[in-house]
Amino acid sequence: MTDWPVLSAVTFLPLVGVLLLLLMREDGAYGRRNILNVSLLTTIFTFVLSLYIWHQFDSSNPGFQMVEKHEWLGTGISYHLGIDGISVLFLPLTALLMPFCVLASWVTIEKRLKEYMIAFLMLETLMIGVFVSLDIVLFYVFFEAGLIPMFIIIGVWGGKDRVYASYKFFLYTLLGSVLMLLAIMAMYWQAGTTDITELLKYDFPRQMQTWLWLAFFASFAVKMPMWPVHTWLPDAHVQAPTAGSVILAGILLKLGGYGFLRFSLPMFPLASDFFAPLVYTLSIIAIIYTSLVAMMQTDIKKLIAYSSVAHMGYVTMGTFAANAQGVQGAIFQMLSHGIVSGALFLCVGVVYDRLHTREIAAYGGLVNNMPKYAVAFMVFTMANVGLPGTSGFIGEVLTLVGVFRVNTWVALFATSGVILSAAYALWLYRRVIFGALEKESLKSLLDLSGREKLILYPLVILTIFFGIYPAPVFDATAASVDMLVNNYAAALQAAQDVALSAQ
Amino acid sequence: MTAETLIASLQLSMPELILAIGAMVLLMVGVFSSERSTQTVTGLAVAVLIFAGLWLVLRTGEGAAYGGAFLSDPFSKFMKVLALIGSITVMVMTVGHARSAQIDRFEFPVLLLLATLGMLLMISANDLISLYLSLELQSLALYVVAAINRDSIRSTEAGLKYFVLGALSSGMLLYGMSLVYGFTGHTGFDQIANALTSEGRSLGLVFGLVFILAGIAFKISAVPFHMWTPDVYEGAPTPVTAFFAAAPKVAAMAMLIRVVIHAFEPVVADWQQIVVFISIASMLLGSFAAIGQRNIKRLMAYSSIGHMGYALVGLAAGSMTGVRGVILYMLIYMVMTLGTFACILAMRRREGDNVEGIDDLAGLSQTNPFMATVLTILMFSLAGIPPLAGFFAKYFVFVAAIEAQLYGLAIIGVLASVVGAYYYLRVVKVMWFDAPKGEFARTAGELRLVFGLSGLFVLGYVLIGGPLGNAAEVAARTFF
Repeated sequence: MTDWPVLSAVTFLPLVGVLLLLLMREDGAYGRRNILNVSLLTTIFTFVLSLYIWHQFDSSNPGFQMVEKHEWLGTGISYHLGIDGISVLFLPLTALLMPFCVLASWVTIEKRLKEYMIAFLMLETLMIGVFVSLDIVLFYVFFEAGLIPMFIIIGVWGGKDRVYASYKFFLYTLLGSVLMLLAIMAMYWQAGTTDITELLKYDFPRQMQTWLWLAFFASFAVKMPMWPVHTWLPDAHVQAPTAGSVILAGILLKLGGYGFLRFSLPMFPLASDFFAPLVYTLSIIAIIYTSLVAMMQTDIKKLIAYSSVAHMGYVTMGTFAANAQGVQGAIFQMLSHGIVSGALFLCVGVVYDRLHTREIAAYGGLVNNMPKYAVAFMVFTMANVGLPGTSGFIGEVLTLVGVFRVNTWVALFATSGVILSAAYALWLYRRVIFGALEKESLKSLLDLSGREKLILYPLVILTIFFGIYPAPVFDATAASVDMLVNNYAAALQAAQDVALSAQ
Repeated sequence: MTAETLIASLQLSMPELILAIGAMVLLMVGVFSSERSTQTVTGLAVAVLIFAGLWLVLRTGEGAAYGGAFLSDPFSKFMKVLALIGSITVMVMTVGHARSAQIDRFEFPVLLLLATLGMLLMISANDLISLYLSLELQSLALYVVAAINRDSIRSTEAGLKYFVLGALSSGMLLYGMSLVYGFTGHTGFDQIANALTSEGRSLGLVFGLVFILAGIAFKISAVPFHMWTPDVYEGAPTPVTAFFAAAPKVAAMAMLIRVVIHAFEPVVADWQQIVVFISIASMLLGSFAAIGQRNIKRLMAYSSIGHMGYALVGLAAGSMTGVRGVILYMLIYMVMTLGTFACILAMRRREGDNVEGIDDLAGLSQTNPFMATVLTILMFSLAGIPPLAGFFAKYFVFVAAIEAQLYGLAIIGVLASVVGAYYYLRVVKVMWFDAPKGEFARTAGELRLVFGLSGLFVLGYVLIGGPLGNAAEVAARTFF
């Protein structure tokens, strides 16, 4: 335990940056520079603080740590923060990607830089808030509030069809979430509390679990996104500015997976067990179908967006396998995907800044004049494919092992997705990087600038490091995951015993 | 009535007396001074309202007055403070706009004072007769105010339309009251409740209840009695619209709460289905009909219809939590509405003419970032997106609906709120995504103050929500 509110500090530190930005002016190169520096420093400080939290985290304790609790809105809603093994690693992930987003926007955002950075810093506060909330209403507030800055980011700084994409993103996600809100209210009346720690202990009746599970599923499945409610994602990705895509793929998609692990699985074990085949089916469809769709894309960002949907399929599959490997794998896959897909979007951003097109056909032969870029892109492509030695491999293999223990058929179909992902990712790589450098427009391209190296190289190192030595992640998550899995099994066993004794 | 009870009654209704005397004195001031007295009268009217408000908060006790026809309790105090704040804010906002909206007559503030007096009496009314008289006092003042810009056809039409439909609704209300009196033998709310408990309900009483609810639904512009709202909102001068949208709604909702929760409490199943129906109809119409609007005042009209629907969700629950939710909803709704109308009043071109099209806001985030930010916050709050106040307003009423197991109502309600989010988003889109189309004139200080405070409240509700929730709880406890 620390004696100062470290979680509040890390959550609201970006808002301090927002306040500073509000007092600054954007005029001229000097003002622009100041805004960038303040944003970068704020995100770096937040990252350092999140590393400190990871360092202070006691990984042998499966319960919640660094807890803060205050009365808030009356009627039982409290300001309650805390982290456990499931949430702790999402803090450094969020905080890690933010400085890269600032760096990626260094020169590309030409208009209204101040508002842009304010929106991003607000988004950071809200995303961190989601992971540290221990009150379900507080969780919902952070979860939903993130829509506002993202809507503005896509709509103001996005591409050609930005208005359509931003509306679709907002309304889709809102529609899923309001049903979850009703479920939250129903849980409040049933259990008499909105405190997540209390709700985790509460035994909801089977009938009610079904409805609550479905309502939560509506929200998280859209956020995840799962097939068939994934269609907002390609639009949002393609239209969003580079940094927006990074946050979307890197963190916002993880909110759904985190929600499944925090609410659906531990609070509604009977319903989770009942609906697991549905989740498996949707996951398999997502893995195979969206991989095939990805293969046919002509737009690089859209391809990566579809590949994200496929990779999230592994996460849902592993989560609802509900054994230690599956859940560990799901968490690892989310972290790894956060880094890798974020990095891939940054890679796209690098060439987009030079050529202002995302058409795959416009590229080819970049290896000849951009060798450093080719190497970085290759590492992330391999990680996306799930090559052993990269972080992508660990998550995929664990989720597959986890689901294999439950249902071999599911594992069989899901494994075919690994091959498909290799197909589209390698094909993309070949078309963009290899071949002869024939197009006139490409011949004058320069290799990575210092700023771009600063963005991509650390992510290369992390991708390989976690591929070879994933232990730091598993150390942090193991205790909490074990408790989650054991409670889940115990709840199912108890329900079965009741059913047997009733016969 | 002995002298002591009379004095006690007068003391309990002191804020109302202050307003009544103040209105008459100001009328005299206006009549006997020159044409230029409008500013003075407006200033004095604000002073009278503030004085009445202070007296209400600091010096007024609790209890029944005038033989039980007038009630002063925590609930009435809370709602009266809201109504007074609404009136004061609108009056402050009109100061700079009276001339351009052609409402710079001293009668305007006097009429607003009389309307406010009617509202306070409505909130305290504990008898069908006092309810009707106070409602008519308020309505008559509002009919005149709607048509106060005599030279504008739209304003005159709005006033006439409001008057004709309002008179119809008053007739229905009166008819319902006569039925209720006929079948219970009483006009006092306490006695009606007692009679219903002991004798049970008859078919005639249900008829009376339906007519009374129809009459009140007209005043809060709930579907299917909403027809007048878009036309009156659009036609009336903007400061008048701002007034219509805020305080009278609060007063009428308070009156509705007292009628159904207190007088007709024993027949809860009968009025509950009516409230559920008008709630659903209002939410749906408010969401769908607003989509096609181009005029921001019409948009706000449909928005207010929808919001009344959401507030009624809490009332439909018929519980302590529900009433608490409605009270908070009206508080938050009023603040959001006043802020939005302050922004609408600030939509004035350099050449001096006011504009009302949503498209006229194009690019506001670049020409006037402060106003654009506040309006954005208000729009997201009206849409019910956390962490803004509008979300908590919806949260509290829907929690009550879930508690009362009105699942269908709750589900339709939240889905309607998603549809509603679409048109609020359009305002945000126009301000942020579109290119500027000319600048507005410098915003008057009082408008900046109003929308600034409103934005601050909506944003800061997460910090001050606890004490406000407790105050609303005390107010709601009056009935339970």
